[in-house]
Amino acid sequence: MIHDLWLLVFDLVLVGTLIALAVAALSSPEPRRAVMLFIAFGLWLSLVWARLRAPDVALAEAAIGAGLGGALMLAAARRQARETAEGQTVVAQRSSPLAIWGLAFGSLIAAGALLWVYYQTLHGEPGTARLADLALDRVPESGVSNPVTSVLLNYRAYDTLLELGVLMAALMGIWSLGRAPAPFQPAGPALTAMVAWVVPLLILTAGYMLWIGASAPGGAFQAGALLGAAGVILRLAGHPAAGLPGETAQRWLITLGIAVFAVIGLALMGAGLGFLTYPAGQAKWLILAVESAATLAIGATLAAAYVGGGRG
Amino acid sequence: MINEVYLTVSLIVLLTMSVGLIRVIIGPTPSDRMMAAQLLGTAGIGMLLLLATALGVPALIDVALIFGLLAAVAVAAFTRRRVGRDEA
Amino acid sequence: MSWIDWLSAVLVALGALFFIVGTVGLLRLPDLFSRLHALTKADNLGLGLIMLGVLPQVGGPLQGLKLLMIWLLVLLAGATGAHLIAKRALRGDGEDLFE
Repeated sequence: MIHDLWLLVFDLVLVGTLIALAVAALSSPEPRRAVMLFIAFGLWLSLVWARLRAPDVALAEAAIGAGLGGALMLAAARRQARETAEGQTVVAQRSSPLAIWGLAFGSLIAAGALLWVYYQTLHGEPGTARLADLALDRVPESGVSNPVTSVLLNYRAYDTLLELGVLMAALMGIWSLGRAPAPFQPAGPALTAMVAWVVPLLILTAGYMLWIGASAPGGAFQAGALLGAAGVILRLAGHPAAGLPGETAQRWLITLGIAVFAVIGLALMGAGLGFLTYPAGQAKWLILAVESAATLAIGATLAAAYVGGGRG
Repeated sequence: MINEVYLTVSLIVLLTMSVGLIRVIIGPTPSDRMMAAQLLGTAGIGMLLLLATALGVPALIDVALIFGLLAAVAVAAFTRRRVGRDEA
Repeated sequence: MSWIDWLSAVLVALGALFFIVGTVGLLRLPDLFSRLHALTKADNLGLGLIMLGVLPQVGGPLQGLKLLMIWLLVLLAGATGAHLIAKRALRGDGEDLFE
């Protein structure tokens, strides 16, 4: 009884602060302040996922949502603020009150519809077998024992392939917009000392996430995001290319993920099994190969996205 | 019994984080907002360690490791300046 | 509860106390630098105490080593982070002009 009461209070404080952070970030008059609050929101959301016993999502939210996404948006917000002050950009007009109320009302209706669907899923008749139960039953055959990884790399491998394509397309968009902005000031002794051990630790943790993703929360996206974070902090400490090799090598790294994925899929199709249909014994090793390539590709793509442009 | 203690303490840590965020939201200078990374990073790790044992989810210790690393990157992202600029 | 559990409970409660102290300092101290000082030091100590309190409950020495590593990481990164924030605030932050 006391246990349930504590959990209720815990959850209420958790959710209340989450909403307060979201409102503060959205209603902030200045973009850089809004982005800092959004990064805090991302970290808080990761705690919410942890409370909901979803460590895979908590890992991804902390690494990608709060860390890399936040850093990218902060760079963009600062650039916009500087260009607004210098008169090069015009800030958009504030929306009319009618538009804001309409949006709020529409969001409420959408939220109500989603809650109704959620309720129906929980309390509907359990007649036919649900997809989640079927998928969980066959996880041991999928080559990995972590159900999240088996969904991402086996059942829905095609979706993951397309996600890597989306990342690559985003980077091509960034590269096509022009040269990279100025590098960061060279680091003083304190930051240099921290970078000296944080970057190896990030790389090591990325390898750990990649390996352990087969049996425990982890996987290619979390590992790739950690590699990207290593690149981001190198760039922040003054390294102009975020620790990445020259442009040709970057292109190879970035296409490595999709290339390995597609080659494996086509080879399986050529062997008569169908695109990305793993044979029972080799599924584990094929998944590991794909994940390793994807980790390198995601890390390189995110670091290159933070650098923000070609060498000119 | 020890789990109840851990849950209670994690609630206290959660409350200190929430209340500390008030400073982050109202803090007059941007440097006050940069302390969000310090506050949420350190206290968040404390809460994750407590939840990992109280809820029985050992993977949350890995999440705590990621939190620590990413908080370091976030503080660097907040505070570093580009070459040739006095402001951001 | 065995005596180890009691020890864990005391350590963890002390850690929470230091977190409360850190937040009180964050809210009530008058100056950015004193707030930064209070937050970084009190929170790091609180985290160390909580880590010591949780240490007996984890499954295996490898997890325990992971906990120690996390605390060391927070100590070093927290110190560097506090230094970076203070340095930026001391330099007359240009961002202040726009708020």
